Amino acid sequence: MAAENIKHAFFCAVITLIIAYPILGLNLIPSGAVVSLEGADGSTIAAIIAAAVVVFLFQLFRDSIMARLGFLSRVNPLSGREPMPQHKRARLESWLLTGIIVLALFWPFFVSRGSVDLATLVLIYIMLALGLNVVVGLAGLLDLGYVAFYAVGAYTFALLSQYTGISFWMSLPIGACLAALFGLVLGFPVLRLRGDYLAIVTLGFGEIIRILLNNWTHLTGGPNGIGGIPEPTLFGMEFGRRIKEEGNTSFHETFGIAYASEHKVIFLYLIALVLAVITALVIRRFMRMPVGRAWEALREDEIAARSLGLSRTAVKLSAFTIGAFFAGFAGTVFASKQGFISPESFVFLESAIILAIVVLGGMGSQIGVILAAIAVTILPELAREFSDYRMLVFGAAMVLMMVWRPQGLLPMRRIHIELKDQG
Amino acid sequence: MQDLLYFFQQLINGLTIGSTYALIAIGYTMVYGIIGMINFAHGEIYMIGAYTALIAITGLATLGIAWLPLVLLVALICAVIVSSSMGWAVERVAYRPVRGRHRLIPLISAIGMSIFLQNYVHLAQGSRNIGFPALIEGSFRMGPENTFQLSISYMQITIFIITLVCMTALSLFISRSRTGRACRAVSQDLGMASLLGIDTNRIISATFVIGAALAAVAGLLLGMYYGSVDPLFGFIAGLKAFTAAVLGGIGSIPGAMLGGLILGVAESMTSGYLSGEYKDVVAFSLLILILLFKPTGLLGKPEVEKI
Repeated sequence: MAAENIKHAFFCAVITLIIAYPILGLNLIPSGAVVSLEGADGSTIAAIIAAAVVVFLFQLFRDSIMARLGFLSRVNPLSGREPMPQHKRARLESWLLTGIIVLALFWPFFVSRGSVDLATLVLIYIMLALGLNVVVGLAGLLDLGYVAFYAVGAYTFALLSQYTGISFWMSLPIGACLAALFGLVLGFPVLRLRGDYLAIVTLGFGEIIRILLNNWTHLTGGPNGIGGIPEPTLFGMEFGRRIKEEGNTSFHETFGIAYASEHKVIFLYLIALVLAVITALVIRRFMRMPVGRAWEALREDEIAARSLGLSRTAVKLSAFTIGAFFAGFAGTVFASKQGFISPESFVFLESAIILAIVVLGGMGSQIGVILAAIAVTILPELAREFSDYRMLVFGAAMVLMMVWRPQGLLPMRRIHIELKDQG
Repeated sequence: MQDLLYFFQQLINGLTIGSTYALIAIGYTMVYGIIGMINFAHGEIYMIGAYTALIAITGLATLGIAWLPLVLLVALICAVIVSSSMGWAVERVAYRPVRGRHRLIPLISAIGMSIFLQNYVHLAQGSRNIGFPALIEGSFRMGPENTFQLSISYMQITIFIITLVCMTALSLFISRSRTGRACRAVSQDLGMASLLGIDTNRIISATFVIGAALAAVAGLLLGMYYGSVDPLFGFIAGLKAFTAAVLGGIGSIPGAMLGGLILGVAESMTSGYLSGEYKDVVAFSLLILILLFKPTGLLGKPEVEKI
């Protein structure tokens, strides 16, 4: 047994070296057309060897290490805790949420412009993640082309404002509905497919949309994108220093205050906040409605759900359409925030980030998804020197979550009624 | 005559690309046939194969070795070893612990692995695309002078020969060897095979290793053919190869070969007669249409849903 263990551990260590050394230890240096090879510095080589040693020792003492780890989870002080009673928890949760929203309303007036801008981006990601949460978390349909609907929303606003001069507020429902329509049209044929095929088809669809945006140059501007997208107005009041459109007034003149560029940023943030709250509340309602229960039923056991009379297509289609609708919402806000969009913003990586948010937060859990969206967007900003490692960490985190905690960091808790003890 | 030559040119280009797609597609189809999951990180393993081959070629050039067959052989062996180890490790780390869980869980794990590997290479080797030296130059030309000539490069011929050798070897291995027989048994019925004393974990590992080795071969060939590699090199190629696998009927090895060739030809016809930009659109549209109208593919067996 011991000999067997050593052999296996040695094998694993050798594999580690084979995987790590050529890619990490030998760097290709292109200089013009000629490529030369250069050994990595000593610390990298040392790290590779250290990794091999760690793998060797871990494999060698795997059983005893695993036994220790099992002990660790038992000493966790929270593991034996009684869950809070349902009504108490619900009340606490609603108080907490109200508090957070009130705080979020007043917070931007006291911080710098850059952090408000970042917070707007966080809110856009929250909207996207909540929308995708309906599709992936609740209905169990893995959509890898979610960014396509986001693109539809953003491009709808950009194109409409360019060609017809329509305002943000008109465009918001139009963009969202158009995205929902796209979801419906795409969803109708593909939802018959099994889970993993669906993932690939939606991925292909996302890529098709991006390639079309890139190549349909006379309409979308191709890789150059569309610029000059107008900012939202408040009852006809503009936030720029000068009025761009006939018939509008400017915000600072109406209220007789000095012009400040922060007003615009804060206004956009507040719009995003209101929309994110609306998204969260609407989806929360949906989760408690029969259609929300049907999503989960179909995710848990398709055959059982169908034999109880649920229409598979209608249920899945509703999830897909609602998810797409909120992506269109987020896309409109995004276009307005950036003032410029190009197909670069709608690559597969973006879909992967949103999916990572949903997976890390806990599929189906709204609070978890919101916290994950905040963490995933803000952490790379805080640790800028590590921002190159962001996607590496996301990838690794997705794998580790699936292996150890597939329900996510804050798993969803089903709303249920407890019966009084009959005994 | 001109039109015919042009058509044949596109056909040959398509078959060249298609045969490498087929090599990658075999990895998808074998894994799917055995454990029913899409190995999303397969494209990245192919990309790592291409990088390793380039590293080996550059290393040999630094040492002053320039005899072509030796360079190719060493590059091929290095790429196969590194990619196979990668395939083995990926299965061990990301797929084995989640095997048998809900369908989405292995898939998300695979997507995470794919993102991880892409960024691993990106961080280690930079995001710029790196030129692959043209080792095999020159071509046959056919047709009248001063007009359109049909040209078959020696590189294309090399690709045909190597893919043909690999596929023959794989077919013989699957049909004749003891491990190959075990592979077929496990793909028919995993539980029964393990009852009959087949070490299913070993066979599943072997499947990943074989698929990764073939992908590494494709990585070397396509890297040379396109003339450059970058960390995103594997993503689109992986998607195309998956399309090929589905086209031919996922789970079926001859299907993957056929699907790869059809997809390659369809793509090169699109870029030859319509526009190069839309060749990816054609590939994905083909995938969507096949899944909608004939989800079993050309040579696949229908999957019976058990209750």
